[in-house]
Amino acid sequence: MQPFRSVTSVAAPLPEADLDTDIIFPARFLLLLDREGLGRHLFHERRHKADAPPFVLDRPPFDRARILVTGRNFGGGSSREQAVWALADFGIRVVLAESFGEIFHANCFRNGVLPIVLPAEDQARAMAAAGTGAPMTVDLESETIALPDGAILRFAIDPYRRRALLAGLDEIGAILADDAAAIDAFEARQRRTAPWLHLARDRLAFFDDLNRAPDGAEPESRAEAG
Amino acid sequence: MSALTLYDKVWRDHLVKDYEDGTSLLYIDRHLVQEVSSPQAFAGLIAQNRALRRPDAHVAVADHAVPTRNRARPLPDGLAARQVSRLQENATRFGIPYIPMRDRRHGIVHVIGPELGFTLPGATLVCGDSHTCTHGAFGALAFGIGASECECIFATQTLRQRKQKRMRVTLDGRLPAGVTVKDVILALIGTIGTGGGVGHAIEYAGEAVRALSMEERMTLCNMSIEAGSRVGMVAPDETTFAYLEGRPLAPRGAEWDAARAAWRALATDPDAVFDREVRLDVGALAPRISWGTTPEENLPITAAVPDPDAEPDPERRARMRRSLAYMGLEPGRRLDEIPIDRVFIGSCTNGRIEDLRLAARVVAGRSVAPTVQAIVVPGSAGVRLQAEAEGLDRIFRAAGFEWRESGCSMCVAMNDDRLAPGERCASTSNRNFEGRQGKGGRTHLMSPAMAAAAAIAGRLADVRSLA
Repeated sequence: MQPFRSVTSVAAPLPEADLDTDIIFPARFLLLLDREGLGRHLFHERRHKADAPPFVLDRPPFDRARILVTGRNFGGGSSREQAVWALADFGIRVVLAESFGEIFHANCFRNGVLPIVLPAEDQARAMAAAGTGAPMTVDLESETIALPDGAILRFAIDPYRRRALLAGLDEIGAILADDAAAIDAFEARQRRTAPWLHLARDRLAFFDDLNRAPDGAEPESRAEAG
Repeated sequence: MSALTLYDKVWRDHLVKDYEDGTSLLYIDRHLVQEVSSPQAFAGLIAQNRALRRPDAHVAVADHAVPTRNRARPLPDGLAARQVSRLQENATRFGIPYIPMRDRRHGIVHVIGPELGFTLPGATLVCGDSHTCTHGAFGALAFGIGASECECIFATQTLRQRKQKRMRVTLDGRLPAGVTVKDVILALIGTIGTGGGVGHAIEYAGEAVRALSMEERMTLCNMSIEAGSRVGMVAPDETTFAYLEGRPLAPRGAEWDAARAAWRALATDPDAVFDREVRLDVGALAPRISWGTTPEENLPITAAVPDPDAEPDPERRARMRRSLAYMGLEPGRRLDEIPIDRVFIGSCTNGRIEDLRLAARVVAGRSVAPTVQAIVVPGSAGVRLQAEAEGLDRIFRAAGFEWRESGCSMCVAMNDDRLAPGERCASTSNRNFEGRQGKGGRTHLMSPAMAAAAAIAGRLADVRSLA
């Protein structure tokens, strides 16, 4: 994962509450199989609205913003990580909001995007500062936001998430390297204490007729898979 | 040892280790894999040349992108076909069971997990889908995750997590006639708000919860995420065991007896303490309808469209204006006078057999209004076959409904079941977000009985007045 230390950038003001992940990344683009290049679908409906002024992220200087300042409950709803991939692909590395949808919030940390929860008063100051179009600096090490007028806002990030972002940690690699023995031991214990949580061969036989018949288009290519 | 909640006990039973920073490594027993959140996770596994740790812990099924009609033909949409076939390829490559869309076991992940007995009390279960909280109805610790977390499950069968706070929602009283558990969860979300459960694992308790069927408990837990909580649980009891006994993947014989004894011990200890308590008297509720673009914007059907000018909080006022503009509604208009174009009965919230029975009872002997296009999408092939055995499909067809095949369908509008811009839908799904059912589409959330009543009336309608 791309490490995160500090970002200095203009911040795009998006003063709306409840911008859910369907608005951030509409469902019809979820058919795409890759995580790259999704920025062009970010806020798609908002950016392609007839008879409306250009969306904030399409207006200079905010089209180069790497910080987004928005309202409460940002990223609620669907768990689609595409919402974060689209933000990151567009160039957004920091989102400032009063609150976040929980799954979106967790997804950010796995993609080098920093979601910062600010109290209402600080969020209002950041929003006002963003509107000026002057750059601000978000620093993760010191957990501070330096506004254009020199004022400093403080924030707090979960210590583990903070360390992981600063280091660009490969979490899966770390678990495999450090905790494999503990996982093995847990599994061995659970097989004794709750054996029904491990599907034995006789139970899995329920699926034995699967993974054979083709399903829909291109059966030949599927038959070759694996 | 201090008193524990249901959530505490399932957490304790899956703790691999605690780290010094207060996070924990949680073991995950079961993973439902679907086509939207898995391709990038499998790709990550392949790119890193990592093994999938436990193939027996996963079941794969395509539910979001599949069509709900003409399934005998190859998938028409190039992107959808590619996504579905990618899931099958990945499942085959890593040795995971893949259930094809024409199989009798097909369905929405959150409908088939319980049907197959893949979902069990006291288990940890995840899926790259926010409505995974549905499985909490069985006393499982079940929650939605992102694709990167899916990859972590594939590789390690664990997730590094921080424990949630505990919140108990106690439901008192008895449901009045015409009022369903969908109305209960909408009322709860209306009360505590879409952020009300953030940071908390909810446990639903109280006499009204004990009286609910498993299907009803699933509807209740399903929309916990709409209250901001990833987790919504109900302690397992005799209703739970009666539902699960004999399911294909559920334990049998001596193992069933041992499991049931363990599951009985999961109930929250009498003196356990919750971080937050909420009570709701379900006996005082009326059928509810969402009027805005967030699930918290809902009211009894007897109410009128609210007036933003009467809202003191400026952010909320702006939010209401945006909702009303998108929904094309004027303040003061009676909700039961709003005409509709479409009806959708289905989804992981309300696509189960009891939901279809409830809607069929309202529909029987009546006709869908001529201005309305109405569809029923069973949540699974199992639900569809059961409904057909009971003759429900004939009731729906006779009234003018289309009878479809299983999938997420018009809840997420990733296949060709979607609203046209400006179309207004009475929907049994879970989200009324802008564009959720199709670009520019307008969604009103409600129970299956209320959606059936709307189909007949051609407008939002109080099912109690049809009785």
